[in-house]
Amino acid sequence: MSLFKNSMLALVAGGLAAGLLAFAEPSFQEADAAVSNPTKLQSVSAFAKIKNKNERAVALFTEAGKVIQSPRCMNCHPATERPTQTDRMRPHIPLVVRGEGGVGAAGGLACATCHHENNFDAANVPGNPKWALAPIEMAWQGKTLGQICTQIKDKERNGGKDMAALVKHMAEDELVGWGWHPGGNRTPAPGTQKQFGELIKAWADAGAACPKG
Amino acid sequence: MAAFTLKINGQAREVDVDPNTPLLWAIRDGAGLTGTKYGCGVAQCGACTVYVDGQTVRSCSMPVSAIGTSEITTIEGLDSKEAKAVQAAWVALDVPQCGYCQSGQVMSATALLSVNPTPTDNDIDLAMNGNICRCATYVRIRAAIHGAAKSLEG
Amino acid sequence: MTVHDTKLSRRTLLKGSAGLVLGAYVARADKLFAQAAAKPSVNIAPNTFLIIKPDSTVTVLCKGIEFGQGPFTGMATLVAEELDADWAQMRADHAPSNPQLYKNLAFGMQGTGGSTAIANSYIQMRQVGAAARQMLVAAAADAWQVPAGEITVDNGVIKHASGHEGRFGEFADKAMAMPVPADPKLKDPSQFRLIGKEGVVKRLDSADKTNGKAFYTLDINEPDMLTVVVARSPKFGGKVASFDATAAKAVAGVVDVKQVSNGVAVYAKGFWPAKMGREALKITWDDSKAEKRGSAELLQQFRGLSKTAGKLVKAEGKFEESMAKGGRVIEVEYVFPYLAHAAMEPLNAYLKWDGDTAYARYGCQFPTPDHMAISKVLGLPIEKVKIDVLLAGGSFGRRAQQSTHQAIELAEVAKAIGPGKPVKLVWTREDDMRGGYYRPYCIHRMRGAVRDGKIEAWSDTIVSQSIMKGSFFESMMFKDGLDPTSYEGSNEIPYDVENFRCDMHQVDVGVPVLWWRSVGHTHTGYVVEAFVDELLEAAGKDPIEGRLELLSKKPRHAGALKAVAELADWKNYKVPAGRARGVAVVESFNTFVAQVVELSMTDDGPKVHKVWCAVDCGVAVNPDIIRAQMEGGIGFGLGHILYAEQTLDAGAPVSGNFDTYRSLRINEMPEIEVVIVKSTEKPSGVGEPGVPPLGPAVANALAKLGVGRPRQLPIVPGASA
Repeated sequence: MSLFKNSMLALVAGGLAAGLLAFAEPSFQEADAAVSNPTKLQSVSAFAKIKNKNERAVALFTEAGKVIQSPRCMNCHPATERPTQTDRMRPHIPLVVRGEGGVGAAGGLACATCHHENNFDAANVPGNPKWALAPIEMAWQGKTLGQICTQIKDKERNGGKDMAALVKHMAEDELVGWGWHPGGNRTPAPGTQKQFGELIKAWADAGAACPKG
Repeated sequence: MAAFTLKINGQAREVDVDPNTPLLWAIRDGAGLTGTKYGCGVAQCGACTVYVDGQTVRSCSMPVSAIGTSEITTIEGLDSKEAKAVQAAWVALDVPQCGYCQSGQVMSATALLSVNPTPTDNDIDLAMNGNICRCATYVRIRAAIHGAAKSLEG
Repeated sequence: MTVHDTKLSRRTLLKGSAGLVLGAYVARADKLFAQAAAKPSVNIAPNTFLIIKPDSTVTVLCKGIEFGQGPFTGMATLVAEELDADWAQMRADHAPSNPQLYKNLAFGMQGTGGSTAIANSYIQMRQVGAAARQMLVAAAADAWQVPAGEITVDNGVIKHASGHEGRFGEFADKAMAMPVPADPKLKDPSQFRLIGKEGVVKRLDSADKTNGKAFYTLDINEPDMLTVVVARSPKFGGKVASFDATAAKAVAGVVDVKQVSNGVAVYAKGFWPAKMGREALKITWDDSKAEKRGSAELLQQFRGLSKTAGKLVKAEGKFEESMAKGGRVIEVEYVFPYLAHAAMEPLNAYLKWDGDTAYARYGCQFPTPDHMAISKVLGLPIEKVKIDVLLAGGSFGRRAQQSTHQAIELAEVAKAIGPGKPVKLVWTREDDMRGGYYRPYCIHRMRGAVRDGKIEAWSDTIVSQSIMKGSFFESMMFKDGLDPTSYEGSNEIPYDVENFRCDMHQVDVGVPVLWWRSVGHTHTGYVVEAFVDELLEAAGKDPIEGRLELLSKKPRHAGALKAVAELADWKNYKVPAGRARGVAVVESFNTFVAQVVELSMTDDGPKVHKVWCAVDCGVAVNPDIIRAQMEGGIGFGLGHILYAEQTLDAGAPVSGNFDTYRSLRINEMPEIEVVIVKSTEKPSGVGEPGVPPLGPAVANALAKLGVGRPRQLPIVPGASA
């Protein structure tokens, strides 16, 4: 739609001959987030041919980054107080905020007002027992994959997890796992949680180097 | 179809509905309590707001099978001092126009005052923006919440 | 001559030839209704409007529907004023469908719309109250054997100096049986205790609308009732080619499935099984006659047409010659989307039909045509059909259906399953949002010239669908083949401009359209007020001073503008940094509203902080309801101007719910200050007129902020993508 709009605005502008009073066309449309939604993950074995350990780690994390940077994960790792939603990662409507413990504002509009134990497709509302926003120190939106990688390894910013705990979290956590079973017409995170866990583990085993930038 | 016993407003009510039926329709068509309204069915408008074990919940957003033994409170069962203050403030300012969304507005406003007796405008925005009013009675909703808060002080 | 032709036409119905047209139309359908429409008389019989109970409560039966705009309270105020009742004893309810007794005097039939509720009832309902008072006094005089002239009525108490005292309930039966005075004397406005007074009249419906007791159509739950949802064509104009109901009928709770003219109806015990049953239907649609164009194609067509001259609506002076003289020549295009009404309560209706009689209950906005439609579908005489009107959860025009499509569908679903099975027809939110009857998609191409600080030329080429084409209103209201509700407000601007032209292309699109809160003014108000602001800016004039210079012949426009300028302290106010203000004034439905908007820009588009509003609606009957309608109109206008549009993808509406048809929420609602201009003019409506000025005032503030006036609405698109 936005492309359509932009082209219409261009047409309007073009249609006004020079010499006519020309104001800049106000344009507040949300940029369509450049979200690509790959559906598959390469398995760990596909990276075995990379001999350099650090290079292999970077490649493994980059592959795992397809999950991390999917809307299913990014939407609830916002850099502001407000989560995003849908594959387009638009601001969550209604306006909800992280609140204490990441479960929303107290007194009316907590996450649990709408999000429950399970997805409820009849109302197009996703759910999970641990439904919550990531703490602000775990914000991913607006960051490069390299920055996210560094952050994920940083105990100060990953909930105090050592590498083993981190691998276990990625491979087994049920809220992480929701990303592959999001319900409705939401595009699932690529691959499977098992594959993702294997990539993260292989990355850790290869020294957990991060992509540059 | 399956039989569920719902505890609504302190009373046990038998409803015989499909397990995937949204709580909203179990309350309205099953238990016959119609103060809780249907506005969107997708947790966007807040007209169906109830409390489940004291937590504000859009009753369209969860299936009746997920309720178990939880206590449900609907607009018909509101009787806290906050609720009375909210309802009195609503009438004093003639907040409602068409009125259809107002059960949900009153439920949300009461929930807000129950945990936050002196809400700021920002607190009100965060608690109430999940409740759409197509008549746009928002100016009066805000004023009535402040009014109710004030009446609860003294 | 004011710009609002619709209003004039409706008024003319009462006495002029247009009234005869409706009379003729009705006569084709039924004699009883014809009598009603043709009869010029105004019913003031208290026993048809008032229920006075032994406990002395007075229930006023309201001709129009209450869906928030306040007629319950308004009608009761008019009656209570002349009745000298105590406000605490007043109640209100809906009058049933009966065009003889309860016609809207502006339409000649029973119906609500055009912000006419108070305007058409102001004298009539006061006469009802005055007649009832006179009859109660006569009854008391008879009972007490004292002269009627010595009896007083005050705050619901009837008194005589001899010590006799009583309340209305005691004398009601006797009084209501008395002859109705032909011309009951009305109070001089200086004697009013309720009309126009602050704080004495509270809405009659607030308490029940705060505790869940207010009863709407969706709340009907009768024994043996079936809830019905209908699967309708995803594209407008599509028909059922074939369907398989096997799986639908297997859904627990589904009772039956029947084809109706508009689609396939699923009957069930409750809403949820009906909806699940509908999802299980397999339907093949025949789209051969369906509208298949998308929004992009419509834009292309409309834009192309807007660059050519349409059928002339009005011309004054020599527009093209004036344009040719040059100066600051400005041409701009404004594009307006389809808009859904999206009232909180989606459409729904109940009908019980036993083969011989039919009883409908719903939030019916046009009882007379609906009544005839139900009679026709069921093959019953008019008098065998009854409609009770219920509260409705909003309308904004959606329930005022000249097509009677909902009444027809209601009667068809009842007929299809057979007599003795009460049905509640329910539209889901998605049905409502994707079901058409939108504010028409339209384009205005504005051209103007400014020379020596003066607006010399102005033209407006409109491209729009007609709202009334094909309905019974067409023969009554069309002018020279054009629908005046498409150009009302554009054809006669209030400003003095010597060289003026307005023309229109009336385009057929297979998308049903309908009036939407303030009708043509939703777009004409925007273009006229944004364009005059732009021209005044080019002329180097202050937006308010510049307008006032051009409003010498429009005292009420000027009055509203001056009032809002004073309220907003236009001259001395220091606008905070990063903010700007804009102004607009629009007359609609004979009410004049001026608004000043203060806003700033955020990442999420404009943030409107405050709106100052002045309204001149003649005599103000219920000041607080007038303020409420201005507040609501501003919020309604703002939400749509900022966020709302219904787009079409190959003919199919895209937005189905509030997740993509974005509604204004409380965090987006501005602070509002309203002043009511003192007036002794006849009262006019307030339900719609608060809407039109808001959009252009926002646009003009954005221009002042350096952002520019939005040429295409909504201002913040993308929600529907």
